[in-house]
Amino acid sequence: MSDTLDVVLRLLAVFVVFLVLPLVIGQTEHKVMAHMQGRLGPMYAGGFHGWAQLVADGVKFAQKEDVVPAGADRRVFQLAPAVALLPYLLVLVAIPVGPGNAVGQIVDAGIFFVLAVMGVGVLGSLMAGWASANKFSLLGGLRTAAQLMAYELPMLLAAASVAMAAGTVSLPGIVDAFHWWWVPWQIVGAVVFFVAGLAELQRPPFDMPVADSEIIFGAYTEYTGLRFALFLLSEYAGIVVLCGLTTVLFLGGWHGPFGADGLGWVWTLLKTAVLAFVVIWLRVTYPRLREDQLQKLAWTVLIPLALAQIALTGVVKVVTQ
Amino acid sequence: MTGTGTATLAASTAAHGFLSPTGVEIVFLLVGLVTLGAAVVTVTTKQLVHAALWLVVALGGLAVEYLLLTAEFIAWVQVLIYVGSVVVLLLFGLMLTKAPIGRSPDADSGNRWAALGVAVAAAAALVWVVADAFRTTWIGLDGDAPQGTTKVSGEILFRHWVLPFEALSVLLLAALVGAIVLSRKRGKEEKR
Repeated sequence: MSDTLDVVLRLLAVFVVFLVLPLVIGQTEHKVMAHMQGRLGPMYAGGFHGWAQLVADGVKFAQKEDVVPAGADRRVFQLAPAVALLPYLLVLVAIPVGPGNAVGQIVDAGIFFVLAVMGVGVLGSLMAGWASANKFSLLGGLRTAAQLMAYELPMLLAAASVAMAAGTVSLPGIVDAFHWWWVPWQIVGAVVFFVAGLAELQRPPFDMPVADSEIIFGAYTEYTGLRFALFLLSEYAGIVVLCGLTTVLFLGGWHGPFGADGLGWVWTLLKTAVLAFVVIWLRVTYPRLREDQLQKLAWTVLIPLALAQIALTGVVKVVTQ
Repeated sequence: MTGTGTATLAASTAAHGFLSPTGVEIVFLLVGLVTLGAAVVTVTTKQLVHAALWLVVALGGLAVEYLLLTAEFIAWVQVLIYVGSVVVLLLFGLMLTKAPIGRSPDADSGNRWAALGVAVAAAAALVWVVADAFRTTWIGLDGDAPQGTTKVSGEILFRHWVLPFEALSVLLLAALVGAIVLSRKRGKEEKR
């Protein structure tokens, strides 16, 4: 009976994290972007520095009418937001935040589970793009698919490099095997993984699939109300997952200069938060990449870099054995 | 086969009778039915994109079956390669050719009976081979050493089957090079 309770509590904790952290990152984005651009950002909702802005936004979205275009494929259109959002919830279950048992569920082939399930989320955007019966949505869907196919490979290769270094594909196992000198050793793989992850999330500067000045809002053009909010939520949940994964794979998760016992989860959260800040920073800093530049970056820069990283990992691994 | 061998086999078959299935076996059967149903809808539906999406259900169902057989690694790779990449490629192609919403009456092929024949023959051959190879062999899934963990799969693949594995890699590499050569040739002709 206590086993069942344990599982329920763990899943509940993961669900709470899934609901809270994306909102925290969204609010941080509002404020950080505003201050980088010399504005204040939301200041009124909730009183203190507009902390309740996203809650208010959520209430607003819930009040809006849920419109399905007359020419759309109804069922696929309505199913798409769920397909986009749920994989990130599943991935969150497998990310370890602290040593020992501080993980929703230990998955034996953790890296494969995480990358496989994350790839499924993109199907939601594709379904939305096709089912909307809108040419801008279709173009957005096309660009999403092209982008995913280009960036999935470097991401996998970079993750494979870490798995080789640690000699395991389990996420807690990888963090357990971590030493500080892994950071310089795997730095190229880390950058490749992070950049490819950003592209998979369609975050700026890789937001060609939702380029508002050309195709309105890509695959999500026809969405309103709660379904649109779910797509937005999936983007921020994606940031949480990507930053968490980069922390676990490349930055040593719960390892830190001090306080390793008991305070490990603080290190994980801290590193994740810093990476999330970088994600926001990049959005404010860089202009959008053109479609051909996007593809060129993936195929001619990231994949060779990832392969070089794998070669380096292999050589170091053999030499030090 | 010796008498004792037959006796042990018979005993193990009796211990795991087909008439008193465990929960996992029932789930396995149900997921199998869903997978089969999704696969049939995939090939019979007249809506092209729906076919691709039902294919996701069928491939996902297969991954669940692998999971139930404790082959965790194979299951995730199945999702990663087939659902995450192959179906995305399919959908990309369908979007590129502007697959219409609703039915495509011209999506039928004249080869459907030949295709059915090939499919039935292939399925019969596979079922016969598997049934004949294992007969009533019982492979315990919840023992001390699970059969499908990444460690076991890796050791079997890279110790016992390393030569076929490498041969397959070379085959894939040849296909890759061939694809590049084909696409480059066409580019030159267009330039002229």
